[in-house]
Amino acid sequence: MDWVNIAFWVFAIAATVSAGAVISVRNPVHAVLCLVLTFFSIACVWLLVGAEFLGVALVLVYVGAVMVLFLFVVMMLDIDPTKMREGWVRYLPVGLIVAVAMLVQMLILIGVKGRAVTPFPADNAAALAADSSNVTWLARTLFTEYLLPFEFAAVILTVAVVAAVMLTLRRRTGVKSQNPGEQTMVKAGQRLRMVKMGAEAPVVHSNSKPAAGEETQP
Amino acid sequence: MTTSPLLPLTAADLPPLAPELVLIGSAFALMILDLFVSNRNKIVTHLFSLAALAVVLFMLATGVGGQGEVFHGMFVRDTAADVMKTGIVLLSGLTLVYGWRYLRDRNLFQGEIPVLILFGTAGMMILVSAGSLLMVYLGLELLALCSYALVASNRENGLASEAAMKYIVLGSLASGLLLYGMSLIYGATGSLHLDVIREAIPHSEERVLLITGAVFMIAGVAFKLGAAPFHMWLPDVYQGAPAPIALFISSAPKLAAFGMAYRLLEMGVGPLSTELQLLIAGLAAVSLVIGNLMAIAQSNLKRMLAFSTVSHIGFLLMGIAGGGSQGYAAALFYALAYAIMSTAAFGAIIALSRAGFEAENIEDFKGLNARNPWMAGLVLCIMASLAGIPPFLGFWTKLAVLGAAVNGGLLWLAILGVLCAVVGCFYYLRVIKVMYFDEPVGEAMPRSNDRVLGLVLGVNALALLALGLAWNPIMVWCQQAFAHLA
Repeated sequence: MDWVNIAFWVFAIAATVSAGAVISVRNPVHAVLCLVLTFFSIACVWLLVGAEFLGVALVLVYVGAVMVLFLFVVMMLDIDPTKMREGWVRYLPVGLIVAVAMLVQMLILIGVKGRAVTPFPADNAAALAADSSNVTWLARTLFTEYLLPFEFAAVILTVAVVAAVMLTLRRRTGVKSQNPGEQTMVKAGQRLRMVKMGAEAPVVHSNSKPAAGEETQP
Repeated sequence: MTTSPLLPLTAADLPPLAPELVLIGSAFALMILDLFVSNRNKIVTHLFSLAALAVVLFMLATGVGGQGEVFHGMFVRDTAADVMKTGIVLLSGLTLVYGWRYLRDRNLFQGEIPVLILFGTAGMMILVSAGSLLMVYLGLELLALCSYALVASNRENGLASEAAMKYIVLGSLASGLLLYGMSLIYGATGSLHLDVIREAIPHSEERVLLITGAVFMIAGVAFKLGAAPFHMWLPDVYQGAPAPIALFISSAPKLAAFGMAYRLLEMGVGPLSTELQLLIAGLAAVSLVIGNLMAIAQSNLKRMLAFSTVSHIGFLLMGIAGGGSQGYAAALFYALAYAIMSTAAFGAIIALSRAGFEAENIEDFKGLNARNPWMAGLVLCIMASLAGIPPFLGFWTKLAVLGAAVNGGLLWLAILGVLCAVVGCFYYLRVIKVMYFDEPVGEAMPRSNDRVLGLVLGVNALALLALGLAWNPIMVWCQQAFAHLA
């Protein structure tokens, strides 16, 4: 068993165990943390077989997006700041475990890369044949053979935005909201009203007594 | 095995895609245009979307762009695709014509609705032209996403929201099944291209993997068609969605789902058809029985039409199970005819409804003949055609699929089909009986003053009779589309 195989088993077991934990732990925040570990372990597997672009994209997109999800869960559970602080302490051990596991995985990956004798993407024939990096190869395929599906995927995303806006944008009366269109079309005259007034004699109010007192002192 | 990936694309790749490009381009333009149209003048958006569909229909009918396989085999435009696309665009246009007054009267008309219908139509056109598993999936998702949003468009209505929710959850489950099947097929053959898969199957060792994958793909197709036991979403969506949206979902997408079945099951895993025949025949049989028996119990016309859809899908699958050139031609004929009939049926519901009143219960049709003989006559045509009574179009399509099933060696299925057609007559004829022989209940419904709607419905319903007398040209067209099959 060479180093690459050992590393693969470590990553695969980590991914499986944490994926099981995602659906078995009761605490939603712990589940999200385990999901982060799952994604990260799978990204490590992909890096191991030489699909570096996919691995990096997984970390950037999914781990990044899941962190946002994580925040949402915490925000929706309770907004009370003292409880939030309690939560921070409570979640710290699991968070630390996940972080340490991720660190170990990174170290394994770097170590294996150093020890591997064969060129690293051992069975990535396509990358070797094209004699170019994974990213170049992927980009070329995406913009030649898969150009049409790529464009239609873009149309699908547009439709998703249109549908989401159509279903959520509603104008209700009695709600204070800004209208940027009206805000930018405002004229100076609407902001400031100039009023012509005759000069008035100063009126001594009951609360301006100290001022009157100052006048009389010298 | 794989096509060479790095060949550059040329301008020659574009012409066969012209109808889709025009449609998607005009959908984007319409989306922008709609921002500058005030709420009172929304008819501008409506008319422009109709104009866009008319242009695309003209392009398809005259064959602008020519046929061919382009974009490295991703997109296939053949006669079958042209026939289905013509039907799809025509029916989507009819949806807009029927829906305009209904949606406007209920304050449901938003500029996004025609835009989403145009995008959904584009999705269907991609689906029937797909040359690769990836394109099948993308076309399907484009259509499904538009359908979900359209069903949910009436946000004030609890039934509509519930229907949309069910539709989304079950729809994503079906997408998952389909994707899983596709991944197994990809694993067994090493390609996403349907023609490469077709060539690789006869000498593949992975029979179990291939058949499992094909079974999952059939489940995905069955969901989109609404075949039992994947029909659970149909009645709720038909009942909950605004009538024009139900019309849209019940007509053109069925045609597109047939196109998807053709691409996946014949152009893709065609060599497995002997193994899969029994499964498809079983789906057809279950759909026929469940659809017809459940339809009898319905008092709501929309739900009845939903279950009648299930039984019609059973007949359609009978043609696919029969297989070969004759079977697919018969199934395409059935899909086209069914889509026209379903459009007319929902069109009648729309024409009889007023703001604040939905003519959706069978009770509402009581004594229609005494109040409005012309309307009653049209509904008679529609119901008789759905039931499959001789001079009407529905009869000839049923005859064609029954013939295909017998030719495919499925005599038992054909006999079951005839029995179910007789059962089906009961609930269609009940609507006719209620219209002609029952006394009117409640106050008279005001007559529709919408001339356009009345005219289109008249043409649509009478077309069922006219096409029933002269159905041969359509059948010949369908046979041409599948002439290359054995």
